[in-house]
Amino acid sequence: MYESVILRTVARVMMPLLLLLSVFMLLRGHNLPGGGFIGGLLASAAIIMQIIAFGPTFARKVIRVGYLNMAAFGVFFGAIWGLPALFFNLPYMDAFWINDPIPGIGKIGTPVLFDLGVFFTVVGVTTRVALLLAEEPELFPMYVQAETEE
Amino acid sequence: MANHLFLPIVSLMVGASLTVLFARQRWLARGIVVGSVLFHLIYSLRLLWVVAAHGRQVSQAGGWLAPFGITFVADGATAIMLAVASLLTLMTVLYSFASLDEGYERYFYYPLILLLLLGVSGAFMTGDLFNLYVWFEVLLLASFGLITLGGTRAQLEGGLKYVVLNLMGSIAFLIGCGLVYGVVGTLNMAHIAERMQTIQQPGIMTAIACIFLFAFGSKAAILPLFFWLPTSYHTPPVAVTAIFSGLLTKVGAYSLYRVFGTVMQNELIHLAPWILTIAWLTMLVGVFGAMAQMNVRRILSFHIVSQIGYSVMGLGLASSLGLAAGLLFTAHVMIVKTALFFIGGAAEQIYGTGDIKKMGGLARREPALAMFWFLGIISLAGLPPMSGFFGKLALLQAGVTQGAWLVTGVATLTGILTLFSMLKIWNEVFWKKSYADVSKLPRVSPGLLLPGALLVIVSLALGLGASVLVDYTTVAGMQLFDQAGYIQSVCGLDGCEAVFQAAIR
Repeated sequence: MYESVILRTVARVMMPLLLLLSVFMLLRGHNLPGGGFIGGLLASAAIIMQIIAFGPTFARKVIRVGYLNMAAFGVFFGAIWGLPALFFNLPYMDAFWINDPIPGIGKIGTPVLFDLGVFFTVVGVTTRVALLLAEEPELFPMYVQAETEE
Repeated sequence: MANHLFLPIVSLMVGASLTVLFARQRWLARGIVVGSVLFHLIYSLRLLWVVAAHGRQVSQAGGWLAPFGITFVADGATAIMLAVASLLTLMTVLYSFASLDEGYERYFYYPLILLLLLGVSGAFMTGDLFNLYVWFEVLLLASFGLITLGGTRAQLEGGLKYVVLNLMGSIAFLIGCGLVYGVVGTLNMAHIAERMQTIQQPGIMTAIACIFLFAFGSKAAILPLFFWLPTSYHTPPVAVTAIFSGLLTKVGAYSLYRVFGTVMQNELIHLAPWILTIAWLTMLVGVFGAMAQMNVRRILSFHIVSQIGYSVMGLGLASSLGLAAGLLFTAHVMIVKTALFFIGGAAEQIYGTGDIKKMGGLARREPALAMFWFLGIISLAGLPPMSGFFGKLALLQAGVTQGAWLVTGVATLTGILTLFSMLKIWNEVFWKKSYADVSKLPRVSPGLLLPGALLVIVSLALGLGASVLVDYTTVAGMQLFDQAGYIQSVCGLDGCEAVFQAAIR
């Protein structure tokens, strides 16, 4: 946590922009550079910037999400969208697309949903790691527990 | 096309993510774990039957054709390994219910177990060299978590050695992948096998094969590379040690079988004398190491190394007969070893120590535990009617048929030494009079006894019904050694090069 006016001002302004950009990257990603991974990194960059500028406690308060659960949900969500293909006797992860693109979003299909799962996983994992490093004494709760017992 | 091949992978992935989400709801999490492992077990038993009836099963992820996409292949060897791996994981989960405290469950023990099985199953099924590396990373990351979960000093120390040495192996594997891609220009196993037949400089392939031997050898704990194993395996909880002994080194052995037996057969024939030498040295050093130890789990850990020597011997014989015998032996030893860790761990839990000098008198106190231990050790040593007898018999027969006298002799000798070393535990822990009053010790709970007992019974059943198993592994060994058949099932009758050229044009 840095007590810097410049950093804090920039972090405040950048957060919504970065989150918007991450969604944009996520949606354009299937055939152009971008995708769930890049989008996820951008979103987590927005949150990590809050951690650096205002400290982890504040960052947790601003976005109240269990990041580990978010990552787990991402894995779950990513894994299931390969399954519909199996019902049509196609290989796992074969894609289905809607015919007409939705204005403003583009074509939507199962790969986009899979990318959404990747997005959640990346945001969850990277932010969780950053938070753990920022709040280091709580790194090994089991260890602390075991020592007090002995 | 067998699109169902991805189902066990997806079920484990979904199971792992759901157990993270519901880690606080203890019983729900347990239910999800058992459900997804049970699904995996039922699927792999069905796969055993499907492979026997219809031959090799192949699926291409996302419909991308073979040399380009990710291929999943299941033949007899895959099906056996998958079935044994999921059986062991199920038993480990049941054992964990009885033996681990709540802290483990809350700190994501079950998701890690599921991820371990996920990585192992992926490594068994994949038909792509780089994908194999990725699955190895999945199972290693899960095992890094499992070995240090609990965070005691001894665990972190053992975990550090484990992590560093396994990373060395991974780096070698990655370098090998890079070199293969540089030399033959593909990473699909079938395509590599096909292109290697027409390669210009065969010398470089031998070098690459040696790198792979180092990489998989360090995972499988063969002779010069085994020292990470006995220093780390006794530190985590018993359930974790048991599942590690059942799955981790055997994935290394299986990868050796797959990469050398199927893909790099020419190199296997070059390297066979060396591999056999490594095999008998590994057997001997492992068993001598075990003799010097005085801790239940350390003794068993050294025996893992010794048994890996037998698996490598099956590979070193470089024939379908040898591979079949090696598969039979590996499947047997996975089951028995895990059972012995369960039972030894239960004895350890009763006494609160693993030092065999301080234990004693358990045969009178816990006759059931002692009986299953005894059956387990005669299976490990290779006495009839247990499965170990047929595992070793098949290997020795293959060795004698091919005139590999030295390794066959050492294998026989190691069997006797194994029995000796196991009887040491028997004498000290179960037979000798206890110094303390045995009647004050806690009783073993059914949850601790049953998983090990069930596995010993499976071993007995496999021994009694050995003809079925031997027939199955003979076919599996032939499938594993049948390079042309492998290429045709993965890429179609014209081979991978034809698909590749057609796509380029």
